[in-house]
Amino acid sequence: MANHVGLDSHNPAEIAKPNTGWIWKTFFVLVGITALEFVFVFLMDPGTLRNAIFIILTIFKAFFIVAEFMHLKHETKGLIWTILIPMSLLVWLLVALITEGSYINEAVFNR
Amino acid sequence: MAISQAATQHAATLDTPRSGPWDGGNEPFKASYGKLMMWFFLLSDAFTFAAFLTTYGLIRHRHAAFDAASGKAFEFSTAYWPVPDKVFNSFPGLHGMDLPLAFVALMTMILIFSSVTMVLAVEAGHRMDKNDVQKWLLWTILFGATFLGSQAWEWTHFIGGTDEGTRMADGTIFHGANLAMNQYGPVLFADLFFFITGFHGTHVFSGVCLLVWAFIATTNGTFEKRGHYEMVEKIGLYWHFVDLVWVFVFTFFYLV
Repeated sequence: MANHVGLDSHNPAEIAKPNTGWIWKTFFVLVGITALEFVFVFLMDPGTLRNAIFIILTIFKAFFIVAEFMHLKHETKGLIWTILIPMSLLVWLLVALITEGSYINEAVFNR
Repeated sequence: MAISQAATQHAATLDTPRSGPWDGGNEPFKASYGKLMMWFFLLSDAFTFAAFLTTYGLIRHRHAAFDAASGKAFEFSTAYWPVPDKVFNSFPGLHGMDLPLAFVALMTMILIFSSVTMVLAVEAGHRMDKNDVQKWLLWTILFGATFLGSQAWEWTHFIGGTDEGTRMADGTIFHGANLAMNQYGPVLFADLFFFITGFHGTHVFSGVCLLVWAFIATTNGTFEKRGHYEMVEKIGLYWHFVDLVWVFVFTFFYLV
């Protein structure tokens, strides 16, 4: 039985050493940004500035997940733009429809 | 420019075909078919989630906001959009305590951790280390299942409501929320909660199913025989995407 296991699995000496430093570095960056968000939740009054800080920190987190964990930073330029250009158009949609929502609010409450 | 391009095109013959990156016979994006299609699927999925969050933004701005400057303490009312830290302030086993966003912080940590174990599985796959791939896939499945369990608790609590409840327009006290009534604020607030976190939870569930399948295939030596663990990499892309969506749901639903 021991022989059999030896046959179809690699010899441990052939397997390279794990290279995980960058993974844990990214992890601590993500945890740090999340902790920072909670600091702002408790220390700052709600408002446009606080929301802007949250959105910027979210974009930072998204960058680290997509660039490092999903490896997009190391793909070709063509693939990177194929993903980023359509996504950036969605920012326009978001801004346009939130503006629309505020307009409906003004119309409904007659402000 | 156009002339020289036409000249090159003219010069291409059967014996000396054109050999630019887009002339065929190679991979311009240097990514396999499967990985490329996973990226395009995730792009389309991102459109769906962006539509959900955009809808949330529109509907939230269409409703009145709670006026903190009025000096009155916050209470649930269908007249204005609720403040998220007042809705999501409970923790399993700590009944009646006000712990704003504590449980959702824990859920966020669990999901970030599952992302880390997923990259570790992909990294082990690059080294053809079957034992490490198995180990990290198992951790990822465990964190994924824990996240789903936490979400089930969160939903149960949201549907069940607080002890006090809220007096509705018809004078009765209503506890919790469903698709037609809710104690926390406007009806659409609960609807959006169910649809957005539910759609995300469905994605996590699909991801856990894929991971269980990948774990079985790894154990059976399918990828070892194939000579690469690209399937683990593709499932990894999906899993990180689910984590990415949570980052946005967390900001736009719980923080802002």
